[in-house]
Amino acid sequence: MNLNLDFGFLNWGVISSFVAKGFIFSVQLTLVAMIGGIALGTMLALMRLSGKKWLVVPAAFYVNTLRSIPLVMVILWFFLLIPLLIGRPMGAELSAIITFTVFEAAYYSEIMRAGIQSVPKGQVYAGYAVGMTYGQCMQLIVLPQAFRNMLPVLLTQTIILFQDTSLVYAIGAYDLLKGFEVAGKNFNRPVETYLVAAVVYFVICFSLSMLVRRLQQKIQIIR
Amino acid sequence: MTWDWQVFLQDTGGGETYLHWMMSAWGWTLSVAACALVVALSVGSLMGILRTTPNKWLVALGNAWTELFRNIPLLVQLFLWYHVIPSMFLVLRGVPSFVLVVFALGFFTSARISEQVKSGIRALPTGQRYAGLAMGLTLPQTYRYVLLPMAFRIVIPPLTSESMNIIKNSSVAFAVSIAELTMFAMQAQEETSRGIEIYLAVTGLYFISAFAVNRLAMFIEHRVQVPGMIGGGK
Repeated sequence: MNLNLDFGFLNWGVISSFVAKGFIFSVQLTLVAMIGGIALGTMLALMRLSGKKWLVVPAAFYVNTLRSIPLVMVILWFFLLIPLLIGRPMGAELSAIITFTVFEAAYYSEIMRAGIQSVPKGQVYAGYAVGMTYGQCMQLIVLPQAFRNMLPVLLTQTIILFQDTSLVYAIGAYDLLKGFEVAGKNFNRPVETYLVAAVVYFVICFSLSMLVRRLQQKIQIIR
Repeated sequence: MTWDWQVFLQDTGGGETYLHWMMSAWGWTLSVAACALVVALSVGSLMGILRTTPNKWLVALGNAWTELFRNIPLLVQLFLWYHVIPSMFLVLRGVPSFVLVVFALGFFTSARISEQVKSGIRALPTGQRYAGLAMGLTLPQTYRYVLLPMAFRIVIPPLTSESMNIIKNSSVAFAVSIAELTMFAMQAQEETSRGIEIYLAVTGLYFISAFAVNRLAMFIEHRVQVPGMIGGGK
């Protein structure tokens, strides 16, 4: 075993000039895709549960298509198609944000669908019976409970999303992994930087999943 | 925009057409996925079983394995296998990148499979384990003849979706220059500038592969079902 590692070059200066920028982008991408994905996903879930064929079919097509294509291919597709559609080139970072929002919506929509179905149907009928409209029923009765029931799963999906942001490597966007890679290339220390990158991702994802686990137990006790 | 599907009949400059190249890339995708699935199923089942044993050290080992491989992005794990491990263990320097990708993807997926095998075993009534032990079977025998035959039947549906995921996840192998479908898509797009046709064909092949795995798994599920038991039907 040849352990000739030297982490000495990784001081704050290097981290703030190479890694910080990538870290901020990864977090930004995760947050935007989470919020946008949950909003779009909830809409898709409502479409699929609406019972109206002209809403169910497109929503099901959207979700099933995106869920059966590798994310890397989706990233490449959007990077190719968006400039063709808007007629001018688009930066890898912005393209990644759009791609992840659209892609994650398919996964969040399946979670929200399960969440909406976990609310007993009688509650919806009760809502209608006291004169609520469909929109009021959803907004005031079903969706708050669906979010609450699915919160741990939504957050777990967000952790997976954070891990997946590293795939923007395919179009060369500057994310956390890229930050480490560039630092490693500049100092000719790729082995050390990949190791540190792995540790950083592990610490972030592991602590978040511990938090989700605690949250899950807390919710279970209250209900 | 006009279609130009003849791009697939163009010569790549290496004496073969893009169609040939794409088919061999499909072969690479399927071989990476199939080999990784073998690794993932064997290691994942082992770790999942360890996590349900009464020995707390084995449980800790299984838990640590699962958390380690679940919380690092696949691409980062792939770089660890490709850049870090060969430079630490010089013996591994000559190992072809195909093997490294198979282990990276296999171990990554083994964490998910271990989780499912664990919950499959947990889903069985505890009485079955006690009954096996009370009859004088050893612990390994109880697993072999009592618990695992039912547990594996329970986890066929989630294992099916993991097998489909492994085909999708094999696309990260482009990052270490395996000539698989995504790599082909990126390079052929650049060389021919007919990105849409190329991407459509590649996406179609991913669809077909995942669909085939799905059908195969349904066939297996149907063949092994126990009448009158979970998912057994007739």
